[in-house]
Amino acid sequence: MANVATTALRRASRLGLKQSITTAPLRQSPHLPRLPATTISRTSRRSYVSETKRGNAQVNVETAIRLDKSNFMNEKGELVMPGSASALSAAGSPVAGVLKEAKLLDEGQRPIYLDMQATTPVDPRVLDAMLPFFVGVYGNPHSRTHAYGWESEKAVEDARSHVANLIGADPKEIIFTSGATESNNMSIKGVARFFGRSGKKKHIVTSQTEHKCVLDSCRHLQDEGFEITYLPVQSSGLIDMQQLEAAIRPDTALVSIMAVNNEIGVIQPIEEIGKLCRQKGVFFHTDAAQAVGKIPLDVNAMNIDLMSISSHKIYGPKGIGACYVRRRPRVRIDPIISGGGQERGLRSGTIAPPLVVGFGEACRIAKEDMGYDSKYIKSLSDRLLKGLLAMEHTSQNGDPNHFYPGCVNVSFAYVEGESLLMALKDIALSSGSACTSASLEPSYVLRALGNSDESAHSSIRFGIGRFTSEQEIDYVLKAVQERVTFLRELSPLWELVQEGIDLNTIEWSQH
Amino acid sequence: MSIVSALKGDLPQQARSLYRQLLRTGDKFQAYNFREYAKRRTRDAFRESKGVEDPRQIQDLIQKGLKDLEIMKVRTAFLAGIARQTVVSQFYQIDRLVVEGGMSGKQKGSSGDRARQKDTGWD
Repeated sequence: MANVATTALRRASRLGLKQSITTAPLRQSPHLPRLPATTISRTSRRSYVSETKRGNAQVNVETAIRLDKSNFMNEKGELVMPGSASALSAAGSPVAGVLKEAKLLDEGQRPIYLDMQATTPVDPRVLDAMLPFFVGVYGNPHSRTHAYGWESEKAVEDARSHVANLIGADPKEIIFTSGATESNNMSIKGVARFFGRSGKKKHIVTSQTEHKCVLDSCRHLQDEGFEITYLPVQSSGLIDMQQLEAAIRPDTALVSIMAVNNEIGVIQPIEEIGKLCRQKGVFFHTDAAQAVGKIPLDVNAMNIDLMSISSHKIYGPKGIGACYVRRRPRVRIDPIISGGGQERGLRSGTIAPPLVVGFGEACRIAKEDMGYDSKYIKSLSDRLLKGLLAMEHTSQNGDPNHFYPGCVNVSFAYVEGESLLMALKDIALSSGSACTSASLEPSYVLRALGNSDESAHSSIRFGIGRFTSEQEIDYVLKAVQERVTFLRELSPLWELVQEGIDLNTIEWSQH
Repeated sequence: MSIVSALKGDLPQQARSLYRQLLRTGDKFQAYNFREYAKRRTRDAFRESKGVEDPRQIQDLIQKGLKDLEIMKVRTAFLAGIARQTVVSQFYQIDRLVVEGGMSGKQKGSSGDRARQKDTGWD
């Protein structure tokens, strides 16, 4: 009831407002030629050429945000399970319980998941492989004295070979860690500390668009007396091979360049970098958390010495990852975690068989289905990108030819990215990496590409994966088109642009 | 496994039965994305292996079950997985996605029924 009343009020007030505008004496005719743009700031009075069309400033009801109904999380932060909880709570009247349930199941409120760079859902096949290890097979894989240990160990070794198989490595070269962040830390700090001990190798090369954990590890090493070169990237997001070659010095210990960028999806020329590093006798580490299982990788063909892999980016469980450490020629690492000497002594601590088995299964599926999945994701990505770029004043970030199609980063000019995210509450999206999504800072990756603050602020990343459906993409396209138009209609800047004024020529007065 | 060994009739019939079972089981997934994936994957896999003619090969594929339905691109492990996982997914029901309403007969308020929507962006 309250809703109806407020809507009526709004309508009435809008009508009143419209009338007052049309009767205002200062209103100019729409056909009056504009003054030159530079004089605008000096004439303090600016009147509208065309008023906002009535229909444009309204949200289309059909795809309107419906999250203000009862949420799938209650106030205490517990998940609401329509099957079980509601029937119990409405014990007094069974009809009420049924009605409540009917309302919840009638129409969904859960947002579409389109943030596959942050994490991915666990594949049912993966979960199926994991379940026995939560239920009956609970042995410690390092126990050599009884059958419980042996069966766990066998499962872990099978998983290890699946992981190795996916990247063309030997199973002995795979070290299980807690995730790609730990692998990155282990590789960068480990190699730097081991080879820096003699005092000869005190230099590391990395790029400006790396993930936070790589940059932060490097910054930490800087405090320990290492020298770091942060390579700039081109406006396409790719690094310049000549610059990289010039940056490698005789005392360089390690080059760390990520394979696929997490924000713009750009694929770096890993093979060329590997060749260059091998030729110069420098170790090459690549953060392949976003690349493994999505694009074909071969550590031997690409001359990769260290590689970080994450399980939850390839439909595996969270909390597990791996680090590939080459054995021939051997890469020596100073371990961060010391202890019982598991995992070749590089990462002590009992490994978790359920997670490792799930990770292995995820890798096996990724290897088997890579062709099918990438074809499907490419078709969805093309559809999405075509639709988004068909809108005016939108542009894709990153190299349009060398990017992983599952990561589409688009800038919507004259729209604030965060407000678009708020307007798109029924779609789970992000404007950058999950690690930095809490801050309102513009993405440092987009800044490194040379984008302006405004452009970096108005960018949104769409992550497509194995379980994204065509119907979802169509819904997203429709919703984005509607909401972007809506937000632009609200924006005075957009109105200036429509009038053909270059925003850069305006001298904004200081207040 | 038991699902596959229960297949009866000649080969095309068995294949059809397997196909139907895969689709039907896949449809039981609670989560929208898994449901759509299972159906799409099954369809594409069978379409891909439509050209397989050799009856022995087909028989091997169907009867070996666990080993290799590779050419049909549907592994029985997948089938068994679905059967078990659909049950698991029914234990943990989570609310539906925003896109799902359209298919499951949501009320849009068009023919006199209630519209459970509210226009937003004002408050």
